[in-house]
Amino acid sequence: MSFKLNIIGETGLQFFGKMSASNFHEINNVLAIINENAGLLEDFGLMIKDGSPVEPERLLAVSEKIIKQVQRANTIVKTINRFSHSVDKSVKRIDLGETLAFMAELSARIAERRGVTLKPELPATQVKITTSPFFLENLVWLCLDFAMNVTGVGKTVRLAVKQTENGALVKFTRLEAFAELQDDTFPAEQENALLGSLGAKLTADPDGGEIIITLPESIAEAA
Amino acid sequence: MSEKVLLVDDEKDFVGALAERMQNRGMDVSTSTSAKDALKKVEGESYDAIILDLMMPEMDGLEALAEIKKKKPELQVILLTGQATVEKGIEAMKIGAMDFVEKPADLKVLTEKIKKAQAQRMLLVEKKTEEKIKNILLTGGW
Repeated sequence: MSFKLNIIGETGLQFFGKMSASNFHEINNVLAIINENAGLLEDFGLMIKDGSPVEPERLLAVSEKIIKQVQRANTIVKTINRFSHSVDKSVKRIDLGETLAFMAELSARIAERRGVTLKPELPATQVKITTSPFFLENLVWLCLDFAMNVTGVGKTVRLAVKQTENGALVKFTRLEAFAELQDDTFPAEQENALLGSLGAKLTADPDGGEIIITLPESIAEAA
Repeated sequence: MSEKVLLVDDEKDFVGALAERMQNRGMDVSTSTSAKDALKKVEGESYDAIILDLMMPEMDGLEALAEIKKKKPELQVILLTGQATVEKGIEAMKIGAMDFVEKPADLKVLTEKIKKAQAQRMLLVEKKTEEKIKNILLTGGW
């Protein structure tokens, strides 16, 4: 049997897999911490049984750590759950600032491993557009992935949203090492396919150290 | 003889709890929350086993493993991972990892591997000492 995925399908599956793996790995870390702290409580129980005194503060400190990790896991599960629901509707009215903040949260573990901080700057008023949530998230991720590679010594990528006359724009700034990049492979085939599907445009400014995505107010109008 | 272990993981709450449990079982445990700090410790101290997380910011476990092996080839490294992929496993073994333990770790399994690491390291150290003595005797350097 042979089949060929189109570029958007393939990119989308890779994106979904990468985000899921990264966040499930984070849950695994949380489970490991809970496992060790539960084991420590068991040790304390055995010590008490053997007549060795254990201060109540030590028990409380361990249980606090477990509670903290359960809360951390809950946040990750909510993030993955929300991400999974991104594919529920192919077109939806969304709050762009909130979507960017969500993408920063979803990519946090990967950013942390690369030593990069993602700083979404939310607008004072909501910026709403009608678009494909999953395609937009995928495009934002590809831009973030690129931005993290060219963020330079500052190691901070800022994400901002602005309302425009015909829609909105998303900015990735402080890409200090962008100008030093020798090849011009960005945006590549994947980004261009997603831009086309979203009726969006991408402007890359290596000297200014920024990438701007211009999005239409409604994907239907752009089509 | 108590096993001397260096535990390396960027999750502070994980390292703290596991180290305490290992100490409760008679082990002599030091901890590091970064690969760079672990490398400094390895330079100044000797350990029977190093438990090293595979995924860490700045320098990951494989890079750290390669550095440790370059500095002290006799050190026994057990990798701790949540993603024990075949590719990573082969890569780690090629670099010189002794074994793998998947997170969440089973302390009994980990303890067995640490004991094995200690025995292996002692053998390597003994062999090295024997070679040194042989060399001295052959060259008449005494």
